[in-house]
Amino acid sequence: MALLQLSEPGQTPDPHQRRVAIGIDLGTTHSLVASVRNGVAECLPDALGRLLLPSVVRYLDTGATQIGFDALAAQVDDPCNTISSAKRLMGRGVNDIGNREQMPYRFNDKPGMVTVQTVAGEKSPVEVNAEILALLRQRAEDSFDSDIYGVVITVPAYFDDAQRQATKDAARLARLNVLRLLNEPTAAAIAYGLDNASEGIYAVYDLGGGTFDISILRLSQGVFEVVATGGDSALGGDDYDRALGGWALAKAGVAADTLTPSDKAALQKTARACKEALSFAASAPFSVQLAKASVNFEMKDADFETVCAHLTQRTMAAVRQALRDASLSKEEIQGVVMVGGSTRMPQVRKAVASFFGREPLTNLNPDEVVALGAAISANQLAGNPSGADLLLLDVIPLSLGIETMGGLVERIVPRNQTIPTAMAQDFTTYRDGQTALALHVVQGERDLVADCRSLARFELRGIPPMVAGAARIRVTFTVDADGLLSVNAREQVSGVETRIDVKPSYGLSDDDIARMLQDSFSTAQDDMRSRALREAQVDADRMILATQSALAADGDLLAPDAHVQIDSLMAALAHVRASGDTTAVDAATQALARGTESFAAQRMNRGIQKALAGRNIESV
Amino acid sequence: MNLQSTDFELFGIPEQFVQDRAQIDMRWKELQREAHPDKFAAQGPAAQRVAMQWSVRINEAYQRLKDPLRRASYLCELYGAPINAENNTAMPADFLMQQMQWREALEEAENIDDLDKIANESKACGGEQLLKIEHALDGRKDFQAAAQQIRRLMFIERFASEVAVRIDRLEHQSHQKF
Repeated sequence: MALLQLSEPGQTPDPHQRRVAIGIDLGTTHSLVASVRNGVAECLPDALGRLLLPSVVRYLDTGATQIGFDALAAQVDDPCNTISSAKRLMGRGVNDIGNREQMPYRFNDKPGMVTVQTVAGEKSPVEVNAEILALLRQRAEDSFDSDIYGVVITVPAYFDDAQRQATKDAARLARLNVLRLLNEPTAAAIAYGLDNASEGIYAVYDLGGGTFDISILRLSQGVFEVVATGGDSALGGDDYDRALGGWALAKAGVAADTLTPSDKAALQKTARACKEALSFAASAPFSVQLAKASVNFEMKDADFETVCAHLTQRTMAAVRQALRDASLSKEEIQGVVMVGGSTRMPQVRKAVASFFGREPLTNLNPDEVVALGAAISANQLAGNPSGADLLLLDVIPLSLGIETMGGLVERIVPRNQTIPTAMAQDFTTYRDGQTALALHVVQGERDLVADCRSLARFELRGIPPMVAGAARIRVTFTVDADGLLSVNAREQVSGVETRIDVKPSYGLSDDDIARMLQDSFSTAQDDMRSRALREAQVDADRMILATQSALAADGDLLAPDAHVQIDSLMAALAHVRASGDTTAVDAATQALARGTESFAAQRMNRGIQKALAGRNIESV
Repeated sequence: MNLQSTDFELFGIPEQFVQDRAQIDMRWKELQREAHPDKFAAQGPAAQRVAMQWSVRINEAYQRLKDPLRRASYLCELYGAPINAENNTAMPADFLMQQMQWREALEEAENIDDLDKIANESKACGGEQLLKIEHALDGRKDFQAAAQQIRRLMFIERFASEVAVRIDRLEHQSHQKF
């Protein structure tokens, strides 16, 4: 029995309203959108019936953009303004990007995140991905002829905080309500597990275009518990293409530094086509015309395997590490699910099969399975009735720590801890009268700060002046179900809540986002205003609906005056909703949210108590 | 029942050291089914925040209950005998001698077999130590004595994890040769 039923039988507040919720697989090379329709998850096609959208955006000097197949087709002719694999740039500084000399782009080294210079100006990877998300949102809106209630976007399990935050920012830019960031292997496990009614311990090997994840999950009665995860957020099919392209150049005696941007794009395209052909044949032609040379030969699959063996081995090292972290032997794994287009490569399947001593499971389309799992999850999160009652217990992929004396890392949250999680750490002052304290949060497994990823620098201010060492500042690090970090601090002796100034080391500030939102709609001010009002009204309706059903279920928890107060807040919101004043609607929604907070806490307590009582009766 | 309830109250299990791990796992999932923020994704930010607090609290209790060492420490704390490992390092001489012998053996170990032997020995010793803790906590209810035994177990477990790191490193190297 669910704790909070959205509606009691017979008193459904809004019987026709089925919320349209979608799942988006925002991939390095391709992206997809899926949704649950008539109880079945399916990928949504574009007007021409195609499911995959190439994750490519071309910026034109007219200010227009091309997205998907058109952009992909222009890649060789207009390499500098046609951005592919933007996922690899998310939340990354210019020095973090491997093989950037092989990419045709003009990078700008920005403190927050790298940007790409195009004819239409400077573009952040967040903006590029927002274009892709917005197009997929449009596709879903067209297919349902309805607004989208919310979205689940998948990210590699191994994405760190900066990469996750960047993905969420992109969704915000695309005006999507993010219900959840879901790890790709977990999404695949949902689609696979529900399809096959699987129980037991499974490994998901997910090799995409630019990222690799391995997750070990325990599946039981609708619970998807991630036991351990590992991977490499900069290893994927792109790297196989590059290894093959580089090998071909060397074989033909062409120096890499003579390549023009178009050459680079053409080489990459040829390598990818050759790689894909080698999945079905023992040899395939490699043929490309470059500005100053032409390269033509027949590539053998055995050679391709040798050229890329080091890449496949890197994935297998991560697999072994994940098993160790899970304290499991490979014999305890009941099945290995293959996800991601790159698992079509026979050498990858062979390596996985030989390690686990069993054939991997490939009965679901590796391109679609992640989007389908995301759609199933989105449908449930939106509160739509669904057959499966899922519970996803995911983990944080990389340890969180803080910088201490001498540039060393003190671990606060260890990797593979189930999220959401919070850890508290006490700090003190080292000088008399000290009122501020600086903290540096990093993510990674290494002992030196310099070897980890810098996430943010915090300054705690407003500590009451005391003698050195007397203050006890408890800093709490909270990681939510999306894997995103937040921090708060309180001085224990005085009870003073310290203010935290967050300076994210990577990613965009709220001001950046606001500016980009402004920019993207500056040509259509009215459109923006009416859209903002509609969104505020949707939020208001959502809040009223949730409150009504909460009152119907648990109104008896409230004292009469508290009930009256909530009723009046609801009435006020309903009244303001019709006014057309976006700010007022938002304010009234917030007021209702605040006014129902303690009611929500009481309801949760009741729910937990019920769960415990039920359990005690069972065990008697 | 509230966020300040003990881990045992929260999980509805007897307040003692000996526990059924399968039951703890099952209770964890049952509780998360009720309280996980995903259940409230469509219910507004207030419910989300409260769900998050509960879910975090349930995970915290689970981490503590499922690990025998942490569970034992927690019991001692509840009964007024906190472990205070950092200020309380006095150990009997024979125990320290054994620790030194192990460390020497670890330094001299050359291959996986040597390391496995040390790992097994420390594991067996940890197992015996857990039995002593069980008697002190559930039998005699002597929490001060239990705290002393727990501090010893912490030494043993720290050593065991160093051995594990060495084994990992050796295995990693042997794989990289291929």
